[in-house]
Formats: sequence, structure tokens, C-alpha cells
Amino acid sequence: MDRRQFLTLSPDRHQTRTANTIARTDSGITPYTGTWDTLQRIHLLKRTLFGVSPANINTFNSLSMQQAVDTLLTAQPDPAPPVNNYGIDATGVTPGATWVKAPLGDEMLERKRIASYKAWWTGQMINQPASIHEKMVLFWHNHFVTETGMVNDSRFIYQYNLTLRKHALGNFRDLTKAITLDPAMLVYLNGYLNSKGAADENYARELHELFTVGKGPDSHYTEDDVRATARVLTGFRVDRTNIVSLFDTTQHDITNKTFSSFYSNKVISGKTGTEGATELDDLLKIIFLQPEVAKFICRKLYRFFVYYDIDAATEQNVITPLADIFRSSGYDIKTTLNALFTSEHFFDPLNMACLIKSPADFCIGVCREYGIPFASDYTNQYKGWAVVHDRAAAMLQNFGDPPLVAGWEAYHQAPSFHELWINTDTLPKRNRFTDGLVGSTGFNGLRIDTLAFANQLPNPQDPVALVADSLDILYRVGVSVALKDFLKNTILLSGQAPDSNYYWTQAWQAWKASPGDATLKDNVETRLQALYKYIMDLSEYQLS
Amino acid sequence: MKRRDFLKYTAPAAILPTLINGFSVKAFGASPMLDALSTASADNDHVLVMIQMTGGNDGLNMVIPLDLYGKYQAARSNIAIQEGKVLRLDNYLKSGLHPSMTGVQKLYNDGKVSIVQSVGYPSPDFSHFRATDIWLTGSNSNEVLTTGWAGRYLDTKYPGFPDGYPNTEAPDPLAIQIGSIVSPAFQGPNASMGIAITSATDFYNLIDGITDPVPNTKWGKELEYIRLIAKQTNSYEQAITAAAKKVTSQGAYPANNSLAEQLKIVARLVAGGLKTKLYMVSTGGFDTHANQTEGGDTSKGGHANLLGGVSDAIKAFMDDLKGLHASRRVVGMTFSEFGRRIKSNYSMGTDHGAAAPIIIFGDYVNQGVLGNSPTLPDSSSVIDNIPMQYDFRSIYASILEQWFCVDQTVLKSILREDYQRLPLVSGVACGTITSLPDLSTDGKKLITNSPNPFTNYTTITYITGSGNTLVQIFDTTGRLVGVPVNKVHAPGTYTFTFDAHNLPNGIYYARFQNGAIQQVRPMLKVN
Repeated sequence: MDRRQFLTLSPDRHQTRTANTIARTDSGITPYTGTWDTLQRIHLLKRTLFGVSPANINTFNSLSMQQAVDTLLTAQPDPAPPVNNYGIDATGVTPGATWVKAPLGDEMLERKRIASYKAWWTGQMINQPASIHEKMVLFWHNHFVTETGMVNDSRFIYQYNLTLRKHALGNFRDLTKAITLDPAMLVYLNGYLNSKGAADENYARELHELFTVGKGPDSHYTEDDVRATARVLTGFRVDRTNIVSLFDTTQHDITNKTFSSFYSNKVISGKTGTEGATELDDLLKIIFLQPEVAKFICRKLYRFFVYYDIDAATEQNVITPLADIFRSSGYDIKTTLNALFTSEHFFDPLNMACLIKSPADFCIGVCREYGIPFASDYTNQYKGWAVVHDRAAAMLQNFGDPPLVAGWEAYHQAPSFHELWINTDTLPKRNRFTDGLVGSTGFNGLRIDTLAFANQLPNPQDPVALVADSLDILYRVGVSVALKDFLKNTILLSGQAPDSNYYWTQAWQAWKASPGDATLKDNVETRLQALYKYIMDLSEYQLS
Repeated sequence: MKRRDFLKYTAPAAILPTLINGFSVKAFGASPMLDALSTASADNDHVLVMIQMTGGNDGLNMVIPLDLYGKYQAARSNIAIQEGKVLRLDNYLKSGLHPSMTGVQKLYNDGKVSIVQSVGYPSPDFSHFRATDIWLTGSNSNEVLTTGWAGRYLDTKYPGFPDGYPNTEAPDPLAIQIGSIVSPAFQGPNASMGIAITSATDFYNLIDGITDPVPNTKWGKELEYIRLIAKQTNSYEQAITAAAKKVTSQGAYPANNSLAEQLKIVARLVAGGLKTKLYMVSTGGFDTHANQTEGGDTSKGGHANLLGGVSDAIKAFMDDLKGLHASRRVVGMTFSEFGRRIKSNYSMGTDHGAAAPIIIFGDYVNQGVLGNSPTLPDSSSVIDNIPMQYDFRSIYASILEQWFCVDQTVLKSILREDYQRLPLVSGVACGTITSLPDLSTDGKKLITNSPNPFTNYTTITYITGSGNTLVQIFDTTGRLVGVPVNKVHAPGTYTFTFDAHNLPNGIYYARFQNGAIQQVRPMLKVN
């Protein structure tokens, strides 16, 4: 039962969909030693990557569990930066060259650069190597939120992405400090205006409430803590020429800052001059002594990678020991993720297949599953990436612009959490996207080649195997024989007698023998399109 | 929920609005109006449109206290609206509107707007996330509810939803959110009672096919949810499209105004005859920690643009409804998760605050300003907040009772307490006839304390009519310090001693409530 679900309604009120009726598990983070096979591999891959391609599955077939996790937790080097894909640039950036260090443009130019940034970032996710790094960048973006629409500086936004990238699999304390001093964040939460005399509390509040200790039942920071924090953080400014942050000693509040009993009544001595900037280190030291920090972050990781519901057993058996590991490792992210991804709890069958795909998982996932090709010239490449970004945004996940500083609702809004991704507006959008992709004309220049996908499977000429193998990759849950028969008989066999599998076999073999023949190709392609369209339209496809 | 027939109204044919201390009541005359009403559908076809202003709207710059202008100006000199630019309201001198809200001003002077001052709740929360949950679920600040206030109301009318819906009695969505995500306000005990649409005509057909049974596991639960949505989308598509098709042209709406676009869809569906009772639309950007106004001219700037956008959108919406002959069915209200701090900061902005005014609009809404100008300290400090005069659940209760004709006992189960009702909507709307009590407290000392300032103790005196009397004590941040009185009294004068010797020095507010009347008394504890 979710901790936050107080029963405040009258006791006789009947709730038909309560968590109490669902099979529960007590598994914890002791290392998993059970079966390590396709089911477990694909589960691990789908949670740590955006969708899984047949090629990914092949690569990981030969790896042990620890080898697989080690591979996935390897940090990646920074990618090449986004380029001018928009044409005229008044600050002199030539098409194809990068704008990330160029002077700030006017409103129009900045808008184009942000669009370039969003397409570029989407492209990095689509082209991700077999590592969790890209997903961690997105995770931290949802935690240390900034919104491009409020920062209004493309260079700052790119720098912010680099900050997340640098520390994504590193140390959480370092990340927190780096983000506090990140120019985009200083603009987003008004840190760059925060001055002594009348401090601006915006960042100070979020530092406690959203970024470190959170606002759960065990978090008891006070309004005075927020005010004291605001005073500690006075004086930081941004430099729009060099794209860095600075410290203005004349704007720093040099009085002492006292904290509440939740923070052990610590006092930060005010420091004058450039030393004043080190009060931030004192502040983080104080905050990170609080055991709640590790728990709060571990709960967020759990909700992002495992499931939204943290019942009492999960809190005790997973969150608490995981938080202990996080804390005693000095807040090392990789160590903690390793413990989670090699745990009994993670591979517990009751914890599989229950995550609703985020728009990122859905849109980027479908590109990677089917190996949808993108152009090689940057103009059309960015256009294609922008289509994917636009779809994810229409489904409520606009990379770069979460709706508020608390991040996307699906990751924090009780009681529905990830169910919020799916509603009467976004579900049709998901369906329309995949239907378009699998159709003959594609979706805005992007298209799934169903023949190429089927061709990668072990035995596509056997319609029974074709259906089963496709479902293994595309679904996380098993389906009934009745459904598999329906898919084979009604779709692949076009309603012919159920024992006439040879119709499909013959059609497939005929095309393979003459792949250039339009009619033969059409015979099999139309059926494959109908098959994958139907598979992706069913609700099972939304689960990860 | 029983269907109600409208009463044939036989009271005096007073057609002109009656004014009581600036608070006007429309007493509709007999025949034409009521004949029309009673021959219309016997079902109550009233609609509530909720406009969420996300971020925490600075109410003190939206409804500016002219009667306290000096204190107002001193507290926030860098962003105070110039006295001469404040928009005046007919027959009301104590406050006025932000200069960009000409649309709402016009509606007010046309007799279609009620402004309720200082709406909040005890011990307010200053975090966006939590405060928004509180407003949408109608909870107290120290508890968590997982259903929305509107969801609970709909559950009383449509129990068991979504099983068995839609049906011939309820063919249309119960609540509609214009946007992609359904508000937690619509969350019912079993499912969300609302649906989300971004357009009135753009839907997608799903294929119905074989669906496997759902196992009793976590993924089974999620699968069941997704299938439910898939089914729902299909069911309401026809109803919404059919209603939208009936409206072939609409009035003008301001361009580049997302709220206006959302309200345009609402107007179309209401006029098209959709029976949906509740709509939610939203607009953001109100978290004005910095640069709320322009340095040279405080009547301009970010906040001015936001308020202007809201005002223009509401005006266009009301005009459109009138042109579509659907205006009598609609009441609208604005709300925000909190107001902002009395004292501004040096970034020319304001930090998170507490109580703030609410604007309610509609043909049947009683014109007037309820409550006094916000109580401001003589010299504001950074922690001072506007004390609440009304609880936000009173607004919900009043609208539910006066516009949706909800019974008193049912009201209590929805809002979980018996909240003070305010005369927001004309009594004829629910077929009940109400006489308007005199709510002004000008010149009346309903609650006083002596000595003031005081050191450890002060004697509080209050004068109450019959019925339940409530006295709450708040500190200057809005935190509820005590409830010394909460019981039924005979009319009379009463005193008690307020023991503050354990409390820090500073400003305290004693809030008195009896029936629809309230008054807030500032008290000062010193050494």
C-alpha cells in the first residue's frame, strides 16, 4: 500500500482497484542467483535502454549477468555537439558548424538553436550504445529540472546537458554541487538574481524539497532552513560570454546561517570575500548528513527503473538497504545502480513487465526496436530526430521542458504515477504514431521496414514461429494461444483455414527468391504490416 | 442524485438588481425567464469551468487594495501598481483590478463577476506540488487524499464509474480536461472521472479485438488500466464529435493565447449540447519570483501579460457563449495553488505566499466583492503572509450547493467537513429562493481584543448571531495556532482569554466566522 494513501474516506467505501488485491513480493537486494536467460536479459535491457533491438539481444546472449550489468553501467564519452541545422545565423555560425560556444542570438535564433538541441539530444538517445548513460541523463534531467522555455539561452542549456552527462554515473554530491553552480540552473531558479538584503528563495527551496531530502513524511526541513539556504547562495552570477558562473562577493550575505534540528542545528559561519562561495560546500555537507537524502534519491531511482509503488516491504527490503549502500559509498551512483540491477528484487518475476513505457521509452524504443533508418546528412537527420522529439512531446514528455520544476508528473504524482502517461488523449497518439510508422507511407519521413525486421528473426517462413518470436521482442508479457492463433490465422493467413500455414511459407519463400518483384513483396509486406500494427495497437505493447 | 424540477417562482417581480453594500443580487421576475428554465431539460444542465493558474498567482497585484494603498505601496514599492492605473469597479471603492484586466472589469460592471478576497486554508503549504494537491483534493494541509474534490462529487452522482458507462442516462463524459493530462481534481475512488482532449474533433479509432484475461499481478493491473483507457477513448469519441459538429461558427478569441484556445473548445462543446458538467483548463507561468513587473512601468511586465491573457480569454469566452445562447449554463472560477508574499524581493518579484482572491464569473453569479481588502501589517517583513478570510473549500461548497444543487449532507461527505457557504450564485439557479444576508462588516467590531498590543495574554471579545461560531488564531505566515472557539452559540457577546505566553512575539490574526460572515482581527504580541 502506498505510504501516502491515507484512508480518509469512510471505511465502507468500496475501492475495486486497490493495491491490496495484487500479488506482493518481499524480495530484497540480495544478489540474484536464479535463471539467467532471455527473459531476464530482455528485462534488464528494456529497463536500462530505450527499447531493445534484435542486435542488442544477440550481443548480450553471450554475457553473464554481472558482465551484462558492468557493460550497461559503463559511462560514455561526450558525443559531438549539436550543429547549425537551421541556416542563417547572425552571430556567424556556418551551417554544419556547432553553435554551442557562439554568442547569444536574438529570440528567433535562440528558438532555432533550442530546436537543434532537442533534435540532437533525441538523436543521441536513438543512437545510444549499449549503456544506461543516456537514460541516466534523462533521469537526472527529470530530477534537476531546467526548462529551455525559461532559461532562454541555448548555450547554457547545452552546458547543462554536459553537466548532467559528466556526473550521470558518477557522484551524486558532486552532481548536486555542479548543478547548483550550473548557469542554466542559476537562471532557471533565479539564483543569478539572489542578493543579500532580500534573498530570492526559489532555488533554496527546491534544493531541499526536490533535489536532496524531498518532501516525504520523514523530511522535516523548515521554512527557516529555506531562508537560511537562500542567504548562503547569495552572490552567484552568470557570465553569458564565457558561459560559466561566477561569484560576486558584493552581493553575498555574510551573516551566519542557522539551521533547524532536522539539520542538527548546524550553523554556517558567514565568510567574506571569495571565501563566501565555499559556504555552498558547508551547506551540502550539512544536507548530506541527513539520512533521508539517500532514501529520497533511491526512491526516485526505484520509481524510474522498477515500479511506482513502494509498499512497506519494498521500503524495508529494497529502499533502506539500497540507501545504506548509496550513503556509505559516498553517494556513488554506479555502485548503487549495480546493487539494484543485480538484485533478487529486480529479477523477481512479479516485478517484471509492470512499468508503463514513458514517451521516451515508447518513441525512441520503437525507432531502436525496428532499426528505423535516419538520413546521413545532418539537415535531414535532425529533421527525423525532431519528428521523434515532437511525438514524445505530444505524449507529454518534452525533453528539455518538463511541465514544472518537480519534473514529469508520471514520476511523482500519486496515486497514478506512470498511469498518467496513458490517457484518452495520449493513447491514441501512441497508436497513431506506430500505425503511421508501420504503414506504407510512413510517418513524416520515418518508416518501419517490416520485411527487414522479420528477416532478422530465426524462422520467419514458419508463421507460428514468426508470431512467437516477434512477440518475444515486442512484448514483455505472455499472451494466450487464442491470441497467437488469431494473429496467425486472421492476419498472416488472411482468414484461410487454420491448418494452411503453407500459404504463408510459400509467400515468404517466393519473395526471398525474387526480392525485387513488387507483387511478391507486396503479398508478404501487407500482412506483416497488419500483424505489427495490431501487435503494437494492443495494450500489452505499452508495458516494459 | 434526484432530478430537480425548477420551482415556479411567485415572489415579487423585482427585475432590477438589488444592491446591498455593493453586493448585488439578481432577483429574477416571474414568467419569461423561469418558463424558459422549467420547460428546458428537467436535468440540471449547469456547467462549471475551472481555470487553474499554475505557479502561485500574486493576488495582491491582481486585486489591489485601494483603501490600504499606503501600506500596499510601502510593502512592495518596486512592483506596486500605480494607484491611478488600477481599474475601478462599479459601486465598489475599496479595491480594484490590475490594469491589464479590462475584460474582467467589464464583466464585473455588467453584473457577472464575484470576487472573493483572501481565499486560503489553515497552515498553508508553500510548495507548488503539495499546495496544488491540496487545492485539487480539498484536503487539509497535514493530510493526503488520493481523490479529487470534483471526483468525489461526480462519484456521488455516478457511483461505480467507469463500470457501466457511458449509458443512456449519462452518455457524455462526466468531466473534461482540455489538455493532455487529467487533473487530480477529477480522480474518483475507482478511476479518474474525467477525460483529456486537446481538440474537439481530432480522435483516433482503435481496433477492438481479442483481449486476454488479466492476472492478479502488478503488470496485470497496469494492463487492465491501459485497456480501460483504450475503451474509454472509443466510447466518448462519438459523443464529443457529435456535439462539436453542431457548432459551426464561434466568436472571436485573442490570438497566441493558449487559455483562450482551451476555452474556445469548452464553449463549443457546451453549446453543442454535451452534458459534461465539469471542465478544467489551465495556464501557467505565475511563479513570479523575479521580474514580475517592468522597472519603468509596473503596470506592464510578465505578470501583467499573464493576467491580461486570462482576462481577455475569459471575456472572449463569455461573449462567445452569449452569441451561442449557452451563457446561462456556465459558471467559471479561477484558482491558484497559493498567493504570494506581501513584501516583494529585490529581484522585482515575490516569493510563495498564502491566501489570494478568486474570481468567479457567469450570468447567474452575484456581482460583488466578498470580504475585506487583505489585512496588511503596518510594516511588512519577509515572512508576513495575507491571512485567510475564506477557506477554499467554502468556494467549492458554495458552488456545489448553489449551482449543482447538492444536498447539505452530500456536501459534507464530499468535502468532509461542513464549510461556510457564501452567496456566490443567484438563488434561482437551483430553484431555491434565498434572501441575501447583509455580509458587510464595515464599521462593525465583530471581533476585537484588548490590550493590543499585548504581552502574554489578551482578552478576545466577539459578537455572534445564532448558529455555529468559529474563532481561529493564525500567525503571520498563516500557520493555524489554535481554534479557541468552534461551537453553536445563542446570539450575544462573548469573551475569552488568549494565552500567548508560549508563542513568539509578532503579528497574530484572530479570524471570526459565523454563518456567511467573517472578520479578521490583527493582534500584536510584544515584550
